[in-house]
This record gives sequence, C-alpha cells and structure tokens, in this order.
Amino acid sequence: MDSAQVLRTAKAFPDQALRRVWLRRRAWHGGLLGSEFTWAVAFVIPYAAVFLAFVAYPVVYGLWLGHSPDLYAELLADPIYQRTVVNTVLYLVIAVNLKMFGALLLSGFFMRPRWWVKALLLVYVLPWAVPALPSFISIHWMLNGQWGFVNNLLWEVFGVDGPGWLETSRWLALGSVIASHIWKWMPFWTVILLAGRMAVPQELYEAAEVDGATGLRGFAHVTFPLLANLYLICTLLSTIFTLGDFNTVYFVSAGGPALSTHVLATLGIRDAFDVARPELGVAAVMSALPLMIPLVILLMRKLRTTEVQL
Amino acid sequence: MSVALREGKPPRRPRYRLRRNLREAGALALGLVVLIWTLTPIYNMFMVALEPHGDVFTNEIWPAKPSLESFWIVVTQGYWYLEYFWHQFGNSLYIGVLTVVLTLLIGSLASFSIGRMRLRQGWLVSNAALLTYVIPASFLAIPFYRIMQKYGLSNNLWSIIAAEVTFATPYAIFIFQQYARSIPIELDEAARIDGASPLQVYFRIYLPLMAPALVAVGTYALLLAWNEYLYQFLLLSSTRSMTVPVALAQFLNSDEAPWNYMMATAIVYAVPPVAIYYAFRRRMTAGLTMGGVKG
Repeated sequence: MDSAQVLRTAKAFPDQALRRVWLRRRAWHGGLLGSEFTWAVAFVIPYAAVFLAFVAYPVVYGLWLGHSPDLYAELLADPIYQRTVVNTVLYLVIAVNLKMFGALLLSGFFMRPRWWVKALLLVYVLPWAVPALPSFISIHWMLNGQWGFVNNLLWEVFGVDGPGWLETSRWLALGSVIASHIWKWMPFWTVILLAGRMAVPQELYEAAEVDGATGLRGFAHVTFPLLANLYLICTLLSTIFTLGDFNTVYFVSAGGPALSTHVLATLGIRDAFDVARPELGVAAVMSALPLMIPLVILLMRKLRTTEVQL
Repeated sequence: MSVALREGKPPRRPRYRLRRNLREAGALALGLVVLIWTLTPIYNMFMVALEPHGDVFTNEIWPAKPSLESFWIVVTQGYWYLEYFWHQFGNSLYIGVLTVVLTLLIGSLASFSIGRMRLRQGWLVSNAALLTYVIPASFLAIPFYRIMQKYGLSNNLWSIIAAEVTFATPYAIFIFQQYARSIPIELDEAARIDGASPLQVYFRIYLPLMAPALVAVGTYALLLAWNEYLYQFLLLSSTRSMTVPVALAQFLNSDEAPWNYMMATAIVYAVPPVAIYYAFRRRMTAGLTMGGVKG
C-alpha cells in the first residue's frame, strides 16, 4: 500500500482505531470485499476439508503411532529390516537412474522424423497405459522357473536351462523387480522428456550445427544444458514415487525368496497387516523420513519456482 | 559426385551415405529391441489367457491350441472366484465415476478461488496440495486404514472414493491453475461489472473455458481410481464390495491358481483404461507437460 492510498484511507476513516481495523481486514481478505470473500472461502472449504480429514489427520496419527523409540530399536535389530533398507537403497539408486537415463536417450530416439518411430512410440507407451496389476502378474508368471515364458524361450532358442528368477536368489529376484519397474515407468518419463526436447527451438540446433556442434557434442552443449533442470526435477520426483512404489515388489517378487527382497513400502504393509503390528509398520515407513524430508523440501522449492506440472 | 571430383575434392558422398545407412540400421535395431522389450509381458498375458484349461503347465512358447474358453468363463462368471465379476466391475466403475466428479468439482472450485478470486490465503492451499502430491500414497496407507475404521467406513466403497479423491485433487489443482492462466482475467471482471455473482462466473465463464483441462484431469482421475490397488485391497474385504483388482489379486493367493482365467480377467480389466488412455492420449500428455518445460 503506497502513501497516497494510506492518505486516502486516512481521509475516509478519521477515527484511528476504525482505520486500523479496516486496514487489517483488508490485508487479511486480500482485497476481496464482503460477500466476495465469503464466496472465495466457501469455494476452498471442500478441498480444505479433504486435506484435513484425509491427509493432515492420517499424517499426525501416523506420527503418533510411530513415536516410540523402542520400535526403531526393534527394527534396527531385525535382519529382515536391515536387508530391506539395503534393498530400498539399491532399488532407488539403480532403478531410478537406469530408468531416467534410458528415458533421456530414448526420448532422443523418438525425435526421429520417421513414420515407424511414431508408430513405435504408440506401442512403447503401452506399459504405462496398462494397469500395473495385470502386467506385474504376467511378469511374475513369465519369470516362473519351471513353467515361465522366459525360461521356455531360453530352452527353445539357446537350449539353456534358465534359473528360477524369483525363487532361488535374492539378487536375481531384486534384479527382476528393478527390470519390471523400469519396464512399467520408463515410457512415462520418456514422454515427459520428449515434450521437453520438443520445446527446444529447432533454430538452436541449427545454429549449433553451423558452429560445428553435431551428434554427441550437440547433445552435451545444447540439449543437455536445456534439459538439465527438467531432468533433475524428474529424477527427484521419480525417486519419491519409486520410494513409495508398492505394486512392483508386491506382485513381481512378493518380497521373496524368504523375505529377502522387501522394500520399505511393502515391509510396512506386511508388518502392519500380516504381522498385525501397525505401529511397527508405521515405524518402518517413517524410517524413510530422513531421506524423504530433504527430497520433499527440495522438490517443493523446485516445483514452485519452475512450475513443472506432472 | 562428378562435380566434387572435377574440383579435386575427395569423394565424400558415398562414405556419408554409408554412415547414414549404418545409423538408420542402428536405429532400426534399437527399435526392434524396444519393441520386444515392451511387448513380451503383454504377449505372455495373451498367450496364457488363450491356453485351454490344463494346458498352462506346458513348456510351449505359443499356445498350441488357442481357445477363447477363459474369456468365456470370465464373461459368464463361470468359475467360483469369478462369481461376482460383473458386480465387482460395476464397483470399480462406480468408484471411478464418483472420483472423477468429486475431483473435478473440488479441484476446480479450489483453483477458481485461489487463481481467479485471488484469495490471499491461497498459497496455503497450493502448498497443501503440493505436499500431498509428493507424499507417497503407500506411506499413508496404515494410518489411513485406521482412520477409515474410526469414521465407520471400512469395507465401504466411499472410503475408496475418499482415498482416490485425496490423491487426485492436488494434481487437478495444479493443472487447473496452470491452464487458467491462459484465460484472460478481464472476462471475469467484465462479468462481475455486469452483475454476475462469483457462482455465476464460475459456472458460466470459468468451467466452459476450462473444458480441455477438465477432460485431461478427468481422464487422469478415472485411470487413477481404476488402476489403484493398495487402498482397495486394504479397505475392501467382502467379495461383494471388492473391485476387480482386489479380486484379481485374490487368485494369486489360492492354492491352485487358474492362470489362464486370471490372465483373461486381467485383460478384460485392462481393456477399458487402455482404450480411454489411447482415446485421450493427446489431452493427457498435454496435461502432463503443460508448462512443464519452461526450464
């Protein structure tokens, strides 16, 4: 409020106290007057109610459920939990980076102006379009050591007896889960990065080409600097989504063999519902907070300033 | 080429063409790998579904005697796990439609208030939505389940609708606010001067002009509700209140899993979202990347 306005207000409200009340109300209402302010508040109330009842309350309740330090001592002493933490870290580091890097490369591939590339893109987004459950059940059966399609194919084509992908070894099973996650989610990020590439003006490439930056150098000096921010935001967002990914592990490996491939999201649900100890489940999930809080803060800043919408 | 030779330059054109052909061949090879990688799990789904009962436990890589028997069993509910299949299908649909309606209503009202009426406290709502968007839903599932019991909504379809609306509205608010920036605020002001109430501006001006964003978000919400599994699994327990994914996952836990019926069910379940996805694909991707690449 500039001085002229203050002056005008002062004239309109000679009484100091009244003026102060008026100013405060005006600041609080953000320039909206009377009934308009009521309408604006009424329009927000439904969302505010949803947020309070179904997000704020569960969050607070969850924090209260998992507040006891004994729970964390119990978790840390549990070898299943220790393995789960290792799995979660491996899952995040390997799956997110392979997926995002693959998406970056493939988005370049899908820029090619060929009819068959456009047709392939339509097929390529199929894993994203198909619900998670049918695909993961199919992958689960496909990787069956005895009757699965993959081992049948290996036998028919190479005459090799394939391993029991999900039944025998922790690392094979974890690898299968990571591959399934990449299969399902790489198309989504490819489409996002493809849109990012398309937004780069073509003249920039032409100018760079004249200056001798083609191929890999064009990528390093033109495409990547322009995409870097988007790539970073996508990676952060993907890290959070992957941290909360329940379906992949639950349906592909089901945490097996011998509970060796659980991640925090599935272990929390297992502890809460199969073992019937909700506090322990909440504690398992909450032990991801030291990783989640910085991620969330970073992301909220980034998303607010650059307006990336997903 | 002859011109190049006459001028005494080395004949570079054939080499250039060779390199271009090599690159084209490389792209084709990559395309083939991508195609096989993408289609294998989907091929497996169809292969198993087309096998007649009892032939699932063989070592073939394509169905020897393809039959549509499993699909028939699913459609006619001819297996005891599929007794309520169409009822469950209806449950999924009911949840999906109500989620879409409520998400659009709540999301558009909130973004109208923040974006168009410029409510001073709007940033609080935006931040709450952003926070909800970045909290993984599976992390909230345990307290959410307990709270639904407290609300008396366990084994009730409304608990699922509440969950899906909760996780769909933040996305709706972002997209609406982004999209509304392309609609001149003068339109609202002109209507206000002509005496329209905020409610009239919302219905007569805001909603009609937001149609593309409404379609994008509606599709998103429908697919979210149809595809979501964890909350539906935790909150719905009786066969009659179950949705298709929950019933489908129940198969997995049975001792003699009839894989061909299961895959046929999975395909029937996946067809509607895939069809909707491809029908609204352009709108969806436009929504997903709207303003997303400003860098």
